[in-house]
Amino acid sequence: MTLTDLTKDELRELAGRYPQSRSALLPMLHLIQSVEGNVTNEGIEVCADILGISAAEVSGVATFYTMYKRRPMGEHHVGVCTNTLCAVMGGDLIFERLKGHLDVGNDETTEDGKVTLEHIECNAACDFAPVMMVNWEFFDNQTPDSAVELVDKLRAGETVQATRGATITSWREAERVLAGFEDGLVDEGPAAAGPSLAGLEIAAERGWSAPSVDEAKQASSGSGDATSDTKTGAAEQADTQRAETETKVEESPADTAKEGEDD
Amino acid sequence: MTDTLTPVLSADWGTDRAWTLEAYERAGGYSALETALKMAPDDVISMVKDSGLRGRGGAGFPTGMKWSFIPQDNPKPKYLVVNADESEPGTCKDIPLMMATPHTLIEGVIIAAHAIRAKTAFIYVRGEVLHVVRRLRAAAREAKEAGYLGTDILGSGIDVELIIHAGAGAYICGEETALLDSLEGRRGQPRLRPPFPAVEGLYASPTVVNNVESIASVPSIVKNGIDWFGSMGTEKSKGYTLYSLSGHVARPGQYEAPLGITLRELLDLGGGMRPGSELKFWTPGGSSTPILTAEHLDIPLDYEGVGAAGSMLGTKALQVFDQTTSVVRCVLRWTEFYKHESCGKCTPCREGTWWLVQTLQRLDEGQGKDGDIELLLDLCENILGRSFCALGDGATSPITSAIQHFRSEFESGLHTPSRELFPPAASTLFAPQTVGGK
Repeated sequence: MTLTDLTKDELRELAGRYPQSRSALLPMLHLIQSVEGNVTNEGIEVCADILGISAAEVSGVATFYTMYKRRPMGEHHVGVCTNTLCAVMGGDLIFERLKGHLDVGNDETTEDGKVTLEHIECNAACDFAPVMMVNWEFFDNQTPDSAVELVDKLRAGETVQATRGATITSWREAERVLAGFEDGLVDEGPAAAGPSLAGLEIAAERGWSAPSVDEAKQASSGSGDATSDTKTGAAEQADTQRAETETKVEESPADTAKEGEDD
Repeated sequence: MTDTLTPVLSADWGTDRAWTLEAYERAGGYSALETALKMAPDDVISMVKDSGLRGRGGAGFPTGMKWSFIPQDNPKPKYLVVNADESEPGTCKDIPLMMATPHTLIEGVIIAAHAIRAKTAFIYVRGEVLHVVRRLRAAAREAKEAGYLGTDILGSGIDVELIIHAGAGAYICGEETALLDSLEGRRGQPRLRPPFPAVEGLYASPTVVNNVESIASVPSIVKNGIDWFGSMGTEKSKGYTLYSLSGHVARPGQYEAPLGITLRELLDLGGGMRPGSELKFWTPGGSSTPILTAEHLDIPLDYEGVGAAGSMLGTKALQVFDQTTSVVRCVLRWTEFYKHESCGKCTPCREGTWWLVQTLQRLDEGQGKDGDIELLLDLCENILGRSFCALGDGATSPITSAIQHFRSEFESGLHTPSRELFPPAASTLFAPQTVGGK
């Protein structure tokens, strides 16, 4: 397959969006995936050419990030979170069931080319565990049965909508949005659902809210600001020993004065 | 006395089409921006400094102070980068915020850019959240069309361009210097500090990197004032924050409360543990923060309180596990994650996490060798503090803390597989004893 002029124009457009064009490399690789179905050698060379860097440099980037695939992908990417919390809540059993049901291993594609199955890391929806993603859209509170039903629908070409998100398109179309082109589906799905609203609902039931500005004034006893106002003090107060050590290195008189001039 | 829950960031998450500019403006959105644009940049910095707002992404460094480190006499352009690469296991607060009310973040971005005099700002959002990327792109477009972004914002003469940038799947890019390398189109590998990003960040220019929740908190401070903000929270940990409750609890979810609430209080609000469950262990702020147990239910969840208990507030990601859960299995899985996500730059982290996984796999299988526990502790000691960034440090936290609290379970790993001691099916959301129990 050869990349069209239209794609090359879009790649250049992405490069033009940044103060320095190389910053566009991640979006450009997403676009290559949407057009080619994976990061191809030709895609790597075209990106290198547009950015004026070597193909080896682009390849080094493409192989660092998990979302870039060097093998052809299925129409849909199905991810099962098997990081600790989701695994414990059922993600491991869901993943095992799907491997058996689809007859594939991790990061493999079904024979009909419809589904690529992968176990994924924490996707920031732990209050909805166990979580699955289809083309990086949320499918919350899954069970082995619901997971099988979901992949069967995808393989049959039925319409499927994410729990918190839009109608499922395809992995390639998703990659195009990630690259930086809108697809008009932003208004589908809710603002928030279920656990996202837990605290808000409890607050509403009990009549709780943040104080008004007037209430806060009355409550204010003029207590001083206890947050440190020196850099070392703040680093000490900060939640990591690392910040403290690094700050002390920076402020140490032994600091090499010529630093940064050694190239 | 403030209320137990104080929704500010989450207050409008239940609103119809909350993600649109129309809904945000109806709720008073972008009024803080108008106020801030009339203030001198240094006054905005002082305000945020005096508010006591501390970073909500893990480290708790004062946000306003970070802004004040930008050397304004440096002729290079200044940059603001929002770290929206939320990937720390257990952490799930920024994603719902950006999904529901992306304009809160964007308003904060413009105010912060004005304060540090940045004309270009970036939101680096992880790539694995398609719908959040959609909502951010649409919100940035709407904000620009309305004159909140672009040139001469609201006639103030101030220019700010915002670029929504999707990552490509790498936990390490949540580390601020790795994020900057990634944003420059490179492999995401951390840089040695100093120099800090404030001096040499993106494109070797002065750069502020802030977490989503930190930046999203700024409009409320500008709008309501520092006394209002300080009326919530504790002496050194001021304000409100999002606590994320997950795992074996009756009502997982987002709970926005003043800093200093306890896990016991949070659990009580949602009806405690799931039916038949007893609390065994929990993380206060993601998997990189040492685990705690039931004896820590009453510690105040603020930077100082959790620190005093030997852990860290981190991202306030409260992952709660009950008596059905094998601590060895959990620690193994977290360690496999760190091994997978280690960028490979520093030897102790790259090699050490492989050794840790091998040893933990033996213990999980009930095939541990004499001395394996000591080996784990020795490995941890040789990883902690010996790499460029905190990933390796984080990898040791679950191990050392789990051995401290549950040593006997690791000893059982010398002869019995964890799955026999703790059958995994009993822990699941769909386990028989919990189905229908809710």
